[in-house]
Parts: sequence; structure tokens; C-alpha cells
Amino acid sequence: MFAAENGLKGDPRLKGISDSITVVPHFPKPGIMFQDITTLVSNPKAFKDTIDIFVDRYRDMDISVVAGVEARGFMFAPTIALAIGAKFIPLRKPGKLPGEVISEAYELEYGKDRLEMHVGAVQRGERALVIDDLVATGGTLSAATRLLERVGAEVVECACVIGLPEVKGRCRLGGKPLYMLVEPRQ
Amino acid sequence: MSVCKEDDPRIDGIQSRIRVVPNFPKPGIMFQDITTLLLDPKAFKDTIDLFVERYKSKNITVVAGIEARGFIFGPPIALAIGAKFVPLRKPKKLPGKVFREEYDLEYGSDCLEMHVGAVESGERALVVDDLIATGGTLCAAMNLLERAGAEVVECACVIEIPDLKGRDRLKGKPLFVLVESQ
Repeated sequence: MFAAENGLKGDPRLKGISDSITVVPHFPKPGIMFQDITTLVSNPKAFKDTIDIFVDRYRDMDISVVAGVEARGFMFAPTIALAIGAKFIPLRKPGKLPGEVISEAYELEYGKDRLEMHVGAVQRGERALVIDDLVATGGTLSAATRLLERVGAEVVECACVIGLPEVKGRCRLGGKPLYMLVEPRQ
Repeated sequence: MSVCKEDDPRIDGIQSRIRVVPNFPKPGIMFQDITTLLLDPKAFKDTIDLFVERYKSKNITVVAGIEARGFIFGPPIALAIGAKFVPLRKPKKLPGKVFREEYDLEYGSDCLEMHVGAVESGERALVVDDLIATGGTLCAAMNLLERAGAEVVECACVIEIPDLKGRDRLKGKPLFVLVESQ
């Protein structure tokens, strides 16, 4: 679900956040209208508003784990974790995390990729969020959810700044609630 | 002061949460793993607070973080001091026009990129990463910022490996770290 449908209708911060995102046509390949959040994170007010909206939503939900997807999820998740007193768990591309990891495959448009998480980072029964900058097909978020569930955590919600049309109208992803702040800019 | 005061009571907690993983990513390297620090909300908060306390009155307008672990520490610092966060990325990740800076590795070379227009001439910048080893990546980061006309005020890292003398590769710019490691 989008923030505007869930208590934040008309909230002026949402327009500011949307306006701060830059659309880059035909990146990384022709036909893709890339939603570039670097102009959001370089806008202190828009960035702060983004974090505040997530923190206000999650601070009283007894969340003890905030997992962020490499690399753009790393720009949002740690600050949310700090503000709500939760651990931050990086979910990374293969081979980046040292020590023992578990790994989950997911589909790309062409081919497959994998996401890894440290063994022992998350305990059974912990309540977790998954954060990324954008959700398109939901493949990455689903892989992230599976990693957390494999170690016995409860994924309370997946949250992204931007939700693409593939997920418009959906409140859940793989059985988990999905929360997004804005739709893509044209 | 280029290394955080050892008697700050928060430093012990931070140092003790860093995990050393031997022979990663290759034999002979003692990898300084900060992910265990991030699992301790108090130690992670203390880490950010120590940087914020140092920089909040220094008129910093840009915090540049080096992909990917610099993306974990840079944004919370930027937000707390009211600065922009600018990601410095591996090649081809940033869309649009970029500055590109090559730097040497032990074997071969790598590249760091920054958006053209992310930083304006005259801005005061910090460079943030989790760790400084040889200083090659930080030096490339500084070059990117200076090419855009920014003034690099300081480089800030959680961990320094002093034996690798990265501090000497920063073109005379100061380095601030919280802990030293062997």
C-alpha cells in the first residue's frame, strides 16, 4: 500500500519526496525510466522527511531488526534502525559478507542473482523490516524475506521509498505487507 | 586529534564489537568486520554520535560515502548535521553524467564515480568509509570532490590500519578515526 492510502493522504512531505527524485530515461538500458534517489539523499529536508515517515510508522511496532538490501537500501535502513533502536542487518551480493552466511537466489529479468545474510545475526522470533529504495517485481524483497524467515524471524513489513506499477494496488508481497511512499515520477 | 580519545568511554564498546575474520577475502588478510557493530544499537549509535559531535559545528555541507559500507555510516551523519549525502560508487551504477577517478589496487586498478552536479564549487565536504587501509580509495574519493570544486575538510573512518600508512596518502588532508587495528 502507498503511504497516501494509509494515513498520509495530503501530507506535503510526500510531494517533496517525490519531487526530489530524478528520472533518468533509458538507464541502465533503453526503455527503462530509472528512478534516481541520489537527488533525494542530497536534499536534507526530503531525506529527513523520508526517514521520519518510516520511523513514525515503525517505532511502536516492537521491531528489533531492520534489514537493508545492498546497496541503495543501505542509504535508508541504518538511520531507521538507529531511530527505532533496532539492529541493522546488511543483505549483500555474494562474496561480500565475511564468515558464515546463508544465501537465497532470485530471478532477474535475464538470469539469476543471490542475496546473502550472516548466520547468527538474527534470532528466532525477532520482528524484522526489510528496506530498499524501490520495489519493481518484488524478486529482491521476496529473497530478503525468505532469508529472514529461514532463521525464524517474523517479517513484519517490507518498505520502499518508490513502488513501481507492477506492485501498484498490491498491499502484500509474498504474503507480507508492503509499504511504499511514492509512485515513480514520469 | 586524529584518533579519537581512548578515554572516551564509548570507544571500548565500539572496538569490542568489531569482529576480525582471518583470511578474508583472501589468505593473509585479517578482515575488520563492522557488521557485528551494527548489531549493537548502542555501539552503532555511539559510533555515529562521535562523528556528529566532531563535525556538527564545522559547516560541513556534503558527506560523501564510499560504496558500499560508507553508505551505512555516511547518511546518519549527514542527516544529523544537516548536510547532503553523496554516494561515491563503483562504475556504471550512477545514472547520468559522472566524474570518474581511477585508482591502483595491489593488482590492477579500480574506479570510483560521482555525479556531476552533486556537489557545488566551494562546498565543505567530509569523506566517510568504514575503514582506511592503504588510502587508495579515500584518495580517489577526495580527488572526485576536489574536481567538482569542493573543499575536503577531513576523511572520517571507523577503523584505521596504521601499518598500511593510508594516512600519508591523503594529500595532506586530516584523517579522523575511532579505533586503530593491527
